[in-house]
Amino acid sequence: MAKVLMKGNEAIGAAAIQAGCKYFFGYPITPQSECPEYMARELPKIGGIFLQAESEIAAINMVYGASGAGARVMTSSSSPGISLKQEGISYIAGAELPCVIVNVMRGGPGLGSIQPSQTDYFQSTRGGGNGDYRLVVLAPSNVQELVDLIIEGFDIADQYRNPVMVVGDGMIGQMMEPVEFKEPKKRALPQKDWATTGTEGKRKPNIINSLYLQPEDLEEHNIHLQKKYDEIKHNEVKVETYNIEDAEVVIAAYGTTARIAKTAIDKLEEEGIKVGLIRPITLWPYPYDAFEKINDKCKGILVTEMNTGQMVDDVKIAVKGKYPVHFHGRYGGMVPTPNEMIDKVKAIIGGEK
Amino acid sequence: MAVVFDKTKGLTDTQFHYCPGCTHGIVHRLVGEVLEELGVLEKAVGVAPVGCSVLAYKYFNVDMHEAAHGRAPAVATGIKRVLPENVVFTYQGDGDLASIGAAEIVHAAHRGEKITTIFINNAIYGMTGGQMAPTTLVGQKATTAPYGRDEAHCGKPLRIAEMLATIDGAKFVERVAVNTPGNVRKAKKAIKKAFEIQLEGKGFAIVEVLSTCPTNWGLTPVEALKWLEDNMIPYYPLGNFRTPEEVE
Repeated sequence: MAKVLMKGNEAIGAAAIQAGCKYFFGYPITPQSECPEYMARELPKIGGIFLQAESEIAAINMVYGASGAGARVMTSSSSPGISLKQEGISYIAGAELPCVIVNVMRGGPGLGSIQPSQTDYFQSTRGGGNGDYRLVVLAPSNVQELVDLIIEGFDIADQYRNPVMVVGDGMIGQMMEPVEFKEPKKRALPQKDWATTGTEGKRKPNIINSLYLQPEDLEEHNIHLQKKYDEIKHNEVKVETYNIEDAEVVIAAYGTTARIAKTAIDKLEEEGIKVGLIRPITLWPYPYDAFEKINDKCKGILVTEMNTGQMVDDVKIAVKGKYPVHFHGRYGGMVPTPNEMIDKVKAIIGGEK
Repeated sequence: MAVVFDKTKGLTDTQFHYCPGCTHGIVHRLVGEVLEELGVLEKAVGVAPVGCSVLAYKYFNVDMHEAAHGRAPAVATGIKRVLPENVVFTYQGDGDLASIGAAEIVHAAHRGEKITTIFINNAIYGMTGGQMAPTTLVGQKATTAPYGRDEAHCGKPLRIAEMLATIDGAKFVERVAVNTPGNVRKAKKAIKKAFEIQLEGKGFAIVEVLSTCPTNWGLTPVEALKWLEDNMIPYYPLGNFRTPEEVE
């Protein structure tokens, strides 16, 4: 299929529709509003439904209902809106329903700014709602990957009956890039025989629920969820690595920051300095194993993010104390430059502790 | 011998957990009977609430979807938009609908969402142990209003039926009580009408049911029925507040 020039936020909608998503419930918030606007325009044309909810809380609960009714359904929002959706996300995870949730991250905390950030790493990978649950968290670094991951995200959600979160940021949401809508790899997906679609007199009533008043039952449910999460950890890790076998320094970065890091790495290579990259594409499950392949001469890992160092913990877990872990971040909607990263890499090579 | 009265197919055989004298059981049965009589059990999807009736998903013999506190109308919206041919209802208490879920019910009504809501008003939080609800009467004691509800401190009780009747999308709004056999019959009629409004695709329909909570009111079941009549009905008048004929 030919490439088309699309804005990231609109590409999210187009990808979802290609994936068979016919229902979208959302609430406007900058910098992702072009996504609901796209869905409002395009979904009625294919017999789907766009509904602007009265709040993010209502929107995610509409997603909960629609998913329970067996539909492919999506919502999108940006950081403060995602905070409001956390209650519903916990219920959806607890009831084991599939859906795709897009977070086009902006600066925080609180109302913050409308500029790009990566401040919701903890919230998305550790769970912003109550209880022991996990989302599959996908972090694209360009619009093409955004499209590919939205499409695959629906399959991952259906395969594991689990919400999938796609985290971009204001930069990816607002930029225009050429994208190609490729035919995705087909997964063998289970039947949705659990959906609340009316019994039609053919079966016993289905119940969608996350309430287990007996602690023994709730423990069993949690054990079941953990087994599922282990399976996801085993099957679904996605990571891009570059030059880590002979790099002096390895940069760990995801999304927009990883893209900036690639420019820094290219410039350093021109100066004869070899720098590697580990770019997690799944923030959960985290690609811990990728860090095992870093060479022994590596002088340190540079984590770079548009936050105050939320991924540093995961990198420290991954390197097990074998390499010093450094951090460079910009906050509040500021975007790091390649030169800042270059300076930091040179400082690490020069022996900065 | 001919069977003159039988248990409705709208309910499962699971034993209710409700306190003695609580009228949830009556309302459950009415909803079950109506769904059976309308022949829609096989295409009904219920949304269960948080509160005393949190286990409603075990009692109704239809597909059921549990919702977070107050969010049932939003969950029902998601279901109904995907399955417009199905019959979708929420069953909610006064803490659930009138307090934490006030926005969700107002906007479901406002959109004219083609769902049916059964709203149980017993003027108190039951499951959490007798705290004040938005519907608690002035002067009524609750664990979080130990000196009685004070209007100057927290306002007068919210009249949900009257409020929702001002919204164009709400096509059927009626308040009933289940304190006497006569009122129970009227309640069933209203519940049936509320489901018929949905089947006819007219818009949002709600039945507010004045209900008792002997345990948290500190009364015997019989005293509770009398208290409802003497105290609740004067503040929450029974009757129809909106019908399709009026709004068309």
